[in-house]
Amino acid sequence: MKYADEFRDKTIAQGLARAIGAEAKSQRDYRFMEFCGGHTHAIFRYGLEDILPANVRMIHGPGCPVCVLPASRIDMAIRLAELPQVTLCIYGDLMRVPGSQGKSLLSAKAFGADIRMVYSTLDAILIAEQAPNREVVFFAIGFETTTPPTAVMIRLAEKKWLKNVSVFCNHVLTPAAMHSILEGQDIHNGGRIEVDGFLGPAHVSTIIGTKPYEVLAEKFGKPIVIGGFEPLDMMQAILMLVRQVNESRYEVENQYSRAVTRKGNRRAKEKVSDIFEVRDQFEWRGLGLVPHSGLKLKQAYAQFDAEMRFAMHEVRVADNPTCECGAILRGLKGPVDCKLFGTVCTPETPIGSCMVSSEGACAAHWTYGRFRIIN
Amino acid sequence: MCLSVPAEVTKILPDDLAIVSIDSIRKEISIALIDDLAVGDYVLVHVGYALARIDPAEAEHTLQLLHELGSVGHGLQP
Ligand code: SF4
Repeated sequence: MKYADEFRDKTIAQGLARAIGAEAKSQRDYRFMEFCGGHTHAIFRYGLEDILPANVRMIHGPGCPVCVLPASRIDMAIRLAELPQVTLCIYGDLMRVPGSQGKSLLSAKAFGADIRMVYSTLDAILIAEQAPNREVVFFAIGFETTTPPTAVMIRLAEKKWLKNVSVFCNHVLTPAAMHSILEGQDIHNGGRIEVDGFLGPAHVSTIIGTKPYEVLAEKFGKPIVIGGFEPLDMMQAILMLVRQVNESRYEVENQYSRAVTRKGNRRAKEKVSDIFEVRDQFEWRGLGLVPHSGLKLKQAYAQFDAEMRFAMHEVRVADNPTCECGAILRGLKGPVDCKLFGTVCTPETPIGSCMVSSEGACAAHWTYGRFRIIN
Repeated sequence: MCLSVPAEVTKILPDDLAIVSIDSIRKEISIALIDDLAVGDYVLVHVGYALARIDPAEAEHTLQLLHELGSVGHGLQP
């Protein structure tokens, strides 16, 4: 695949690993958090942890939208899907995420709820056109990458005069979450997180650009390097982070310049700001309530807002106390620190969302990393 | 959900749609988020939408840099 294969060359990766080893000072540790689940997945998939020097460690952050969705929002979606008139359209990753009662959308579907997996928001529009007597609700979830497609969908529904379409909005904002992590606000579960820098998200940044991170780097004195998802991209970004730490710099740098600019995608941002506005706060699994970190539909689009249309309400629920997802998402623990990992909790029988999503740290570790534990 | 792939635009369709080719698999996607796409451009495709155009000159530049860094690394003592 052009623009992918060239960035996976093993020999260059080994050369980069040596360069990182030579520049990383042996007397100190470097702890970098990759915010994005796509990076977590790639780190495990390509075994990057094995070729990085021992004192350069990656901390797997919360950047998987499925993993950070609190169980209460899944409960809301299940209650919605159980309404006889509703067809709920979801991205596939959501199917198995456990809600608070151990129920999932998959089990609701097995009991007769009309739940359809879609690949794109355009599929949801098609379903609504074909079934004008059904209430078609799209379970919108994701960071800044999936928000513009939801905005396009709402515009399209408006243009086509579709009266049976709405959106259950769970879109969240990356910089707000990074801010919350760096502030270490939610310390009741085990303390602050020590990170020396961030490997910043690639695809989110194609939309928002690198500018929104500048205030974070400045305020917290942490370097942020936006890196692509191919292994060489990530290795180069890590080298750039090591250099910044060595030189006591804390800037926003852009390794992924082939797709990311400082300003981002103007057209996509406009579509989003036309339709959405920031919520006062939104609950994240592992981070708790994070101010200004989620989006909702503007009042003018209330007819497309499933939460208004179906008078949905959120009942906060405590996470399963044995599941360590919360600590894992904040970079305080790893999958093997969880007692349930690989015994009770596997991708077949996930207890927490980090095991459900293929971008979750537990699932990635299960699929690609678990054999390392016994070595 | 966050994974996305580079794809080549092979045909522009009406209504902000396009056909792209990913390793010779053809797929219809939305290009509502990108201005002025042309056949032959490369884009990042994510949940059925082109999110960003890939800049060939920047890609070439990054690759060159990677080759240099990689060979410098190989010259170092392990
Ligand atoms: S292994 Fe399962 S229960 Fe443990 S933290 Fe991961 S998802 Fe939660």
